[in-house]
Order: sequence, then C-alpha cells, then structure tokens
Amino acid sequence: MSTTVAEAGKLPDYDYNIVRQFTIMSVVWGIVGMGVGVLIAAQLAWPALNDLWQPFTHFGRLRPLHTNAVIFAFGGSVLFATSYYVVQRTCQTRLWGGWLIPFTFWGWQVVIVGAAITLPMGLTSAKEYAELEWPLDILIALVWVAYAIVFFGTIVKRRTSHIYVANWFFGAYIITIAALHIVNNLEVPVSAWKSYSLFAGTTDAMIQWWYGHNAVGFFLTAAFLGIMYYFVPKQAGRPVYSYQLSIVHFWALISIYVWAGGHHLHYSALPDWTQSLAMIMSVILLAPSWGGMINGIMTLSGAWHKLRTDPTLRFLVVSLSFYGMSTFEGPMMSIKTVNALSHNTDWTVGHVHSGALGWVAMISIGALYHLVPVLWNRKEMFSVKLINAHFWLATVGTVLYIAAMWVNGITQGLMWRAFNADGTLTYSFVESVIASHPGYIVRWLGGAFFLTGMFLMAYNVFRTITDAPREGEVRHDENLPVAKNV
Amino acid sequence: MSTFWSVWVIVLTLANLGLVTWVLFANRKVAVDDQDDPENRTTGHIYDGIEEYDNPLPKWWFLLFVLTLVFSAIYLVIYPGMGNFKGIGGWTSVGALKADQAKAQAEFKETFGQYVDMPIEKIAESREALKMGARIFANNCSVCHGADGGGNYGFPNLTDSDWLYGGTPEKILETLHNGRQGMMPAQGPIIGEDGVKNAAEYVLAMNGLEHDAAMAEQGKQVFGTVCMACHGVDGKGNMALGAPNLTDDIWLYGGSREEIQHTIRGGRSNHMPAQKDKLREDKIRLVAAYVYSLSRQEDVQQ
Repeated sequence: MSTTVAEAGKLPDYDYNIVRQFTIMSVVWGIVGMGVGVLIAAQLAWPALNDLWQPFTHFGRLRPLHTNAVIFAFGGSVLFATSYYVVQRTCQTRLWGGWLIPFTFWGWQVVIVGAAITLPMGLTSAKEYAELEWPLDILIALVWVAYAIVFFGTIVKRRTSHIYVANWFFGAYIITIAALHIVNNLEVPVSAWKSYSLFAGTTDAMIQWWYGHNAVGFFLTAAFLGIMYYFVPKQAGRPVYSYQLSIVHFWALISIYVWAGGHHLHYSALPDWTQSLAMIMSVILLAPSWGGMINGIMTLSGAWHKLRTDPTLRFLVVSLSFYGMSTFEGPMMSIKTVNALSHNTDWTVGHVHSGALGWVAMISIGALYHLVPVLWNRKEMFSVKLINAHFWLATVGTVLYIAAMWVNGITQGLMWRAFNADGTLTYSFVESVIASHPGYIVRWLGGAFFLTGMFLMAYNVFRTITDAPREGEVRHDENLPVAKNV
Repeated sequence: MSTFWSVWVIVLTLANLGLVTWVLFANRKVAVDDQDDPENRTTGHIYDGIEEYDNPLPKWWFLLFVLTLVFSAIYLVIYPGMGNFKGIGGWTSVGALKADQAKAQAEFKETFGQYVDMPIEKIAESREALKMGARIFANNCSVCHGADGGGNYGFPNLTDSDWLYGGTPEKILETLHNGRQGMMPAQGPIIGEDGVKNAAEYVLAMNGLEHDAAMAEQGKQVFGTVCMACHGVDGKGNMALGAPNLTDDIWLYGGSREEIQHTIRGGRSNHMPAQKDKLREDKIRLVAAYVYSLSRQEDVQQ
C-alpha cells in the first residue's frame, strides 16, 4: 500500500495568519451582508422603511449592496480562508507567494469597503452581481491574479504526489472567475465613476448572464464543493466515498456549467438555439451537481451517529441536503415550460436563497466552526450548545424563507397568467403584490432567524479566541505546529 | 449566423457532450485493484489524514446522468439548438407566439370583436363590456391613474366630470390613441418672483380659498397679461390646449399656496403615453367606454 504523505519528520510551518484574518472577516461581513438583507426584506414588506435616509437607503441601492456583501465579502472571505487553509494542509507545504498573500487580504477588504461606499451613493455599472464601477473592477482583477499566483504557486511546491480533489475545485473556480470577471467588466470609462459596457443589446445580456450564472456555478458552487471535500471527511473522520465519482462529477460540472447562463434569458430576444442549448445543459447539470452531494453524504456512512453529538457536522450535512434540493430545482426551473411560470416571480428569489442560505452559508458556517479552534489552538469552540442553537436558527430561518418564496412565486406566476372567460386578465399586477405581502413578512422573519444565528456565532468565536485556554486544554489537532502569535 | 459560427457552435457542443459522456463511461469501473490486500477499498491517497474510497459510481446516479444526455440528444434533434439546424419539429419562439395569438384571436373574436364598431355610449351600457374594460384598465392604466381611476399627484382623476382635454367619447378615444403632452411653461423668469407670488394669490382667490386680497389684486394683472392666453380671461381653462380650469378647486399638482407658486414658477411637463401601438383597437374602445362610464357615475349620482 502506497502513501502520498510526504516524508515524516518536521511538519510544515503553515501560514495561519492569513487564514485567521479572513476567518474573522467572514463572520464580520456575514453579519453586515445578512443584516442588509434583513433590512431590504423588511422594506419589501413595509415600503416606508425605504425612507430611513433617502436616497441612500432606497431598496434599489441597498439590494446590490446586500448581494455584493454576502457573495463577495462574506462568501469571498470564507473562500480565501478555507482555500488558503486547505491548499496548505493537503499539499503539506507552507503558503507560497510572499507579499502577494497580505495583498490579497487588504486588497479584498478595500474592494468591499469601496462597494459599501459607492453602491449606496448610486455608482453602479448596472450589471447584476457586477455592479461595481471600473476602478474597483481593476482592483478585483489585480487581487484575483495575486490569489491565483499564491494558490497555484503553493500547488506547484506541494510535498504530496497527487493534487487533492478539493484543490481541483478551488483551482477551477479561481481560473474561471478571473475569466468571467474580466470579460463581463470590459467597459469604457467616461469619468472616474461611470463606464459603459463594451457589449451592446442581446450580446451584453448574454455576456452578463454567462457571468451571472457562473458566479453562482463557480464562486458559489465549485469553490464551496472544494470546502465540502476537505471539511466533511475531516469532521466526520471518514474517507471520501468515491474517487471515481469525484473525477466524473468534477469534469462534468465545470465543463457544462459555463453553457447554462442563457436560461436566465428564456423567452427573450436571445436566439432560439442559444436558449435551447442553455436549457439542455442545465438539465444535464443535475447529475454532476448531485455527484457532489452523494460524495459528501455517503462519506458519512458508518459515522451517522456523530450527527447526534456534533452540530458542526450537522451544518455540513444539512448544507449538502439543501445543495441537493436547489440543484434539482435549478435544472427544473430552466426547462422552458416551467420557466414560463417561474420567471420574474419570487420563486427565483427562493431558489437563490435555498442555495445561498442552505448551501453556501451553512457549509461556510460548518467549516468556520471547524477552523476556529484549530487556528487559535483550542480544543473546541467556546460553546457547543451555542453552535447547536445556531444550527436550528439557521435551519428554521432557511426553511421559512424558501417556503414563503415558493408560495409567493407560484401564486404570482398563476395570477399573472390567469384569464377570464371573456379573454381579459383576471388580476392586475398590484393584486399579486397584495397577495404576496404575507409571504414577504414570513421571508423577513426567516432572514431575521438566520441573522440571529450569525450573532450567536460572532459571540462564540469571540469567546473562543479571547478566553484563556482552559486547564489542561489540549490542542485541537496534533499535526499543528506551535503557533507563534496566539 | 454564418456557416462558420454555426459549425463552431455544433463542434463545441458535441465535443463537450462527447467528452462528458466519455468521462462518465471511462470511470465506471473500480480503478485500484490491490492484489496484496483485497480488503483495501481506498485509492491509497492520503491528504492531511483524508483517505478516498474507490467505490464505483452509484448505479441510479449513472442512469440518471445517461437519461439527461439522451433527453438532450432528442431535444436537439427536435428543437433549434445546433447552430443553424432548425430542428425537425419546426419550432420557433416567434412561431409559438403567433400561434398563441391566433388561438386567442379565434377564441375571443366574438367577445372582443363586437366592440370594434359599436359606439362608445352603447358599449358603456353593457355590464359585460364594462367589466372587460375595468380589467384592461386595471392592467394598463391603474399604475398611474389608480386602481379606482381616482388619480394621483400628477395623474388626473378620471372619475369626476372635470376634463383637461374633454370627456366626450371622441376626446377620450383621441387621448387613448395618441396620448397627451401637457406643457405649462415656466413663468418665473418672465414675471419675476413677486409676479409668481401675486399670481398665486389670485389663483387662490379664484377658487374661493384663503388669500391675500392686495396681492391677488396685483396678481390679477399678471394673470391678465400672461396666464389668460391659455387659461382664458375667466381662468376657466381651454380644453383645446389642455389648459386646466383654475376656478373649480380641482388640482393636478396640489392646491396649496406653495404648490401653486411652484407650478407658476417652474412650469409643468406631463405625459400620457399613446396606447394605439400597445393595445388593440377593441381593447382601447373598451377602456374608453369604462373611463366614460366612470365620469358619468358622478353625473348620475348628482
């Protein structure tokens, strides 16, 4: 039996400083981004809240702030933290890249603060999930190239013979996001904070959704599968279920995903052939997506009993369930007949959040609860009970959110297409808005649950880091070299 | 699409689907056969303590994957997708839209068609027609004029008998067909701030509202030289120009002192979009009849 572990002896001196920085900012930006989300959910239920401080607190300005904050500030910080951690641990080598490493941290924080200032001011390039104006776009590109150099540089000097599957996913995400970001943000600046897209009309829309859908596919899916492939087997203490499945679903996922963006433009001016290809590629995506879920959940076979005692593992496993659910829902919604009902309704919003809350945020939270004790040399988190409370708040919050949006979305879709016997439309638009109001309140409540859990997490992390190690407390991980700056 | 790009699309599509199919079928069998230790089901890789089993692909998952590939192949034969190949089903989105419209036309020809030539007054007597008109109004007009037609700030109330351009069936149809462009020029630069304030007092006086009599007296002169051109000597407006009656205490932009001054000082510009390219003729006539009936309600009540 062969092994790919490097020669025994001196353990690598891992760079945990950068991981710690991004870990803390994950919690901070998570609260900020989800807090704005709860505010704009309240604005949709009670429109007067738009007027808190006009025009800066208008929904139209805060909504992109919410999406950018949760995707790029929270999700991005989680990905930087976990990918830097995983690539070191699975390559058995210290992070490579010198000053580029702190540059990725500080550069990314400047981008986030820049977004938090410019978006409420109304400075936007008006492309969904790519609203930031050209100076910030350039900074993102620079940070991303530095990130790629650090990540792949570390892979190159690894001390293991193979590259672990988690790193395949991180690598694919880093390369693809670079291509997506740069192409979709090709724009002509006309002043310091205004630019126009290089593309026009339907082409612009197609480029935008090629970007938009793969921001989901690579940033929020492939990269988080990278997290799954390290933290699930690690937390469960079980081998990954199937190497074969890893290979097949990885290649299928990353090659098919880039075709699917056109399904955001069904029944639009996009040519018929483009819509068809987007639809069938989305349908084919079902199996590759589920491959990741199967590999994660089946890894637990033989360790199911751990779910009873380990809320961190519960976060990881439930996130995979939500992942499986939303990757079934996605291909279904991309079928044109279904899309005719779901398009432009709250169903889409619910679908996004079953992925964003149920999958992305839950697996992030699980990974962070695994990471914090390791990074700060503690046996475990300050309070396992608080993790458990967080788990239930997050789960109930997500279910409330999704259920409310399903009900709203299908109600809206059916009301908009209802005809009277005489051929006139049965309902006016505003009647569908009135019918949606209870759902908006439930959605806000679900978001508030989820946000409350994040506050518990912040407290738990704070106490874990700042409390003195308890008497006789051993380090979480015997592989860990003694950290220099605890 | 040129032949080159068509071939480009087809080749890339087939290459991607072909490679995915190959990867799927090439990885069905267990890769590692450990002769020394038959019980060992792992690949032998260990990363940071993580091992990998060499389990085969779950059969149901494999079949699911194959099923979606077969579905896609069939879909691409029937529907457009492979570059310039139109698909053997002959389906196009434009064709589907036209077919739907033709079906709706055939189905509703009788309910709608009878109104194309019917006089508006007669349509307005039919309960059925008014219900249809109300639904069309709710989906097209209520965003500005309100669900009850009662208007909003800047959007006229359609339920009273006060008309900017006239409330006869012909005038209502004209408004619906071609839209309206309301324009009150800014008077501030012409009559000065004192003129604005005095004129506002005079307008308040004409409506029997609380006002400064001395200023109104001066404002009357301003009115007589500037405002009367459109609003008439008596201030009762001119429907040919869309100039509102300023004596009936009905206001499009509010009747407070400040609002009136603001209107005089900066003017107003208002736009009702033309509906003739948005709604079919029979629908426009139904809406016209509905609006006509809204304004008549008040007459009937009185």
